[in-house]
Amino acid sequence: MDISLKHVEYRYQKNTPFERLAIEDVSIDIPTGVYMAIIGHTGSGKSTVLQHLNALLQPTKGSVEIGEHEIVASQKNKNLKKIRQKVGIVFQFPEHQLFEETVEKDIIFGPLNFGVSETEAKERARIALKQVGLAEEILEKSPFDLSGGQMRRVAIAGVLAMEPDVIVLDEPTAGLDPRGRKEVMDMFYSLHKERKLSTILVTHSMEDAARYADQIVIMQQGKVVKKGTPEEIFSSPTELVEMGLDVPEVVRFQLKLEEKLDMKLEKIFLTIDELSSAVAKRISRGVRS
Amino acid sequence: MMEKMIFGRYVPADSIIHKMDPRSKLLIIFLFVCVIFLANNALTYALIGIYTFLMLGLSRIPVRFLYGGLKPVIWLVLFTLVLQLFFTKEGTLLFELGPIKIYEEGVRQGIFISFRFFFLILMTSLLTLTTTPIEITDGIETLLHPLNKIRFPVHEMALMMSISLRFIPTLMQETDKIMKAQIARGVEFASGPFKERIKAVIPLLIPLFVSSFKRAEELAIAMEARGYRGGEGRTKYRELSWKNADSLQLGFLVILTILLILLRS
Repeated sequence: MDISLKHVEYRYQKNTPFERLAIEDVSIDIPTGVYMAIIGHTGSGKSTVLQHLNALLQPTKGSVEIGEHEIVASQKNKNLKKIRQKVGIVFQFPEHQLFEETVEKDIIFGPLNFGVSETEAKERARIALKQVGLAEEILEKSPFDLSGGQMRRVAIAGVLAMEPDVIVLDEPTAGLDPRGRKEVMDMFYSLHKERKLSTILVTHSMEDAARYADQIVIMQQGKVVKKGTPEEIFSSPTELVEMGLDVPEVVRFQLKLEEKLDMKLEKIFLTIDELSSAVAKRISRGVRS
Repeated sequence: MMEKMIFGRYVPADSIIHKMDPRSKLLIIFLFVCVIFLANNALTYALIGIYTFLMLGLSRIPVRFLYGGLKPVIWLVLFTLVLQLFFTKEGTLLFELGPIKIYEEGVRQGIFISFRFFFLILMTSLLTLTTTPIEITDGIETLLHPLNKIRFPVHEMALMMSISLRFIPTLMQETDKIMKAQIARGVEFASGPFKERIKAVIPLLIPLFVSSFKRAEELAIAMEARGYRGGEGRTKYRELSWKNADSLQLGFLVILTILLILLRS
């Protein structure tokens, strides 16, 4: 399902003294099956963009196309439920949304709301739980008895069980330890690959964006300032640094290496493996060329 | 959805009313609430109306914002008007249609009481619109200070008030966040049959309760860790200062009161 934002503007609390412009003239195309990262500082408007992706917010100017639905400013929109079934959002600290008595009931809550039968929902809960790497015994436990990391996974399973076509992730690893962080990110990546899920990752981690995304959008003060593939984005690292953004460690290392050895590799490498083999190749030919 | 709410909300601005001491504002509101019952004819109501709108004007709160926020209250005012119209049975009969009888006194009372109600709402919202919650609690604490003598825990009460006021915005944000998360999971808060909508509140309330208890516990631990031990010998970071403008405003209200006593019938 394609999603496309066209010149979207959003103002919070319009027509009050508290009115605040959150995003302005944002145009982003998210084709089916892409893994897109939206990067920016706090307050850059990335969370506001995210909430437009399943019509939680309605633009105050411009339009959002989600599949065959179009959300336009200043117009009552119907059938939002259909959109919300297709676009699942994992909010920041999703464990805060848990409320049921058992893990199973909480996971099937979403699917039941969208009219899935109970037997099927339970089946989906089992699959989703396995996907997030939890054991089935947990299904009968209270979600409030679990550890923080487990709660996070249960909440994510609750979104996965809706079987969305598009999954939107808002800082899904905030507050997790490094190992949990990598596991969760790898899990979303394999879901993206296996199920051809369009994935939109909202983050401020350049490392994650470089490692997983096909497309990167950089936002600053409510505007899109840069769009492109990771190679394109990181090929001008000085520009990023000027914007106050970080450059992935691998890229930083490559730049330093190029500076020290006074040479230039053929392109910017985003993984350690790629970079090391490129450097090895260069060394075997002799450093200067 | 709560964007238009004006009750309990502070609107920062640079005005005479904003700069007043919270103690004088609290005293004025308290007096005003008593004094408004002195009005009993058109002239006295007009005086109170002029006073209320003068205060509103001085506060520099945008009229459009006030209007938007008070819209729901207007229905309440109209409701009291209708109630008075139908249930007061004094004076001459003005209108009769089947069981409905409207009397002269009903119209009079209806109009007066709705105006009284309206002015009361305006003035009390003016207090919260122009005074930060912290200022209000500071004001209440100093005003109630004499009660310490009869062992009334004034400081503890003020602390409770400021903590609860402090967490209202946090709670609102949290409500908004959890609501959105549940809407994304297919809950419909705003449409559907009444029974379903009541049921939709559960996935909102339980997470809110859980996080509120957690937050309260964390706050208690943090206060203990920083050695909090109540009000005794405690000094204040924000000191209240009574200025000439405060005495002037209070004097102004006293003049209004005298006028009301003289002019009431």
